Amino acid sequence: MKKFINNVDDFLKESLNGFGKAHSDIIKVNFEPNFISRKTKTKEGKVSLISGGGSGHEPMHGGFVGHGMLDAACPGFVFSAPTPDQMQAAAEHVDSGAGVLFIVKNYSGDIMNFQMGAEMYSGKNDSIITNDDVAVEDSTFTTGRRGVAATVLVEKIVGSLAENGGSLEECKRLGEKVNKNSGTMGVAFTSCTVPAAGKPTFDIGNDEMEFGVGIHGEPGRKREKIQPSKTIVNNMLEAILDDLKPQKNEKTLLFINGMGGTPLTELYLVYDDACEILKSKGIEITRSLVGNYCTSLEMQGASITLLKCDEEILKKWDSPVHTAAMRWGM
Amino acid sequence: MSVNFLISQAKNIQIVINENAAEIEALDQNIGDGDHIFNVQRGLKLVVELEDDIKNLPLQKGLNMIAMKVLSGIGGSSGALFGTFFMSMAKTPDLDKDIDFKKACEMVITGVNAMKERGKADVGEKTMMDVLIPVSEKLNELKSGNTDMKDGLSEIIKIAEDRMLGTKDMLATKGRASFLGERAKGHIDPGARSSQLIIDTICKSLINK
Repeated sequence: MKKFINNVDDFLKESLNGFGKAHSDIIKVNFEPNFISRKTKTKEGKVSLISGGGSGHEPMHGGFVGHGMLDAACPGFVFSAPTPDQMQAAAEHVDSGAGVLFIVKNYSGDIMNFQMGAEMYSGKNDSIITNDDVAVEDSTFTTGRRGVAATVLVEKIVGSLAENGGSLEECKRLGEKVNKNSGTMGVAFTSCTVPAAGKPTFDIGNDEMEFGVGIHGEPGRKREKIQPSKTIVNNMLEAILDDLKPQKNEKTLLFINGMGGTPLTELYLVYDDACEILKSKGIEITRSLVGNYCTSLEMQGASITLLKCDEEILKKWDSPVHTAAMRWGM
Repeated sequence: MSVNFLISQAKNIQIVINENAAEIEALDQNIGDGDHIFNVQRGLKLVVELEDDIKNLPLQKGLNMIAMKVLSGIGGSSGALFGTFFMSMAKTPDLDKDIDFKKACEMVITGVNAMKERGKADVGEKTMMDVLIPVSEKLNELKSGNTDMKDGLSEIIKIAEDRMLGTKDMLATKGRASFLGERAKGHIDPGARSSQLIIDTICKSLINK
């Protein structure tokens, strides 16, 4: 394992320390229990948005705390869900009386810990669960689809509504709408290495890729030989379109997300391939996002997320945001 | 059962889990993401370190402190589930009286029921519940029957082992292994293995007492 580490046990603490120092104009890092909150207090009447999950997906979620997005984020150990006391403390810290909306990715550990945190918090609160990953089948008999990169879009779009006075119920409704209208598919070329483990999470041949990988390096649909980008992107988009079934000329947001180890040069190439394929199918791309937003440590690979956009979603997407990882309009 | 009993068991379990850490990690890397063993090891370390703070406390208080430590110190599914286990054990009535075998059974059953509720998982889903639920059902039988305690514990060791091995050919429908579909078959569930080791350690220490 080659990583910037002093001591494995201090890995998270030191990284959070650096994050706090680098972005001290926007956020504040609180320790024991760990949570990242905005530097300024939540204004009265504004619904607070709190997300969180295992670390190792940076900038998600700490990088999305700030104006127009989250009020707080609770980082767990690398790839392990945060604990209920973190969510309780974060909620107590940020809630201005209008209530708290927890945004949770659909993973068993996250669901259980957020549920307990919500039970321990005495204020008004509700939750939305993201499950945009089309790689795994959705069924009432399983844990269901994973919540992955579309969580970034949910946090941005609901963040705008909350900033502009939306109620807890309205924020929940919009979050569920964005989640329902988005689909994600991921591919990995290499594994990632969890610092505490010290070795790669999975073995993968030099000429292989994992199609439908999750954001912890957990396997997806199948192991395949690597192919030209156009073929990979086409297969990814097919899986998404099968699920989302967009109308002809429907407006969409195309989000190419890097897993951490793939350079932006390649992500833009993926974007180009995706544009061409979507155009040939008559799907209109009205907004774009390209970069490393929902990562899996140093894994090489990318995910594609497509979000069907109506006027409400577009308006909320365009509104000002100022966080460590996303900034426009202010 | 007393707080000292819990601490001494945690120490025994810590040794056994550390001895089998590589195996559990490998199982998890086959079908999960490899964090389970670190979560279990971290939890055990935290409980053992609590010794000085809780050794003189009444059982209920001690259990609650263990629950909070586990809940806030582990994370992931294991933290929520084991935290729930200790928290509900602490809610068993009459913990201030002497804890005999019957009462201890009742405590474990209460704890396992709460885990089942929290994780919304039942037997047959390739999780630790495949070991814990049948063990809890057996304890329920032992609690009201006349079986000799040591014989009963030997039966439990056997049940835990069989059920742990039984997860090998299951399809997972809960947790991260569920994303694998058919590919999860042929691998023992790491949570089932760690739970079985814990049960095995406790039962053996009681039999050899």
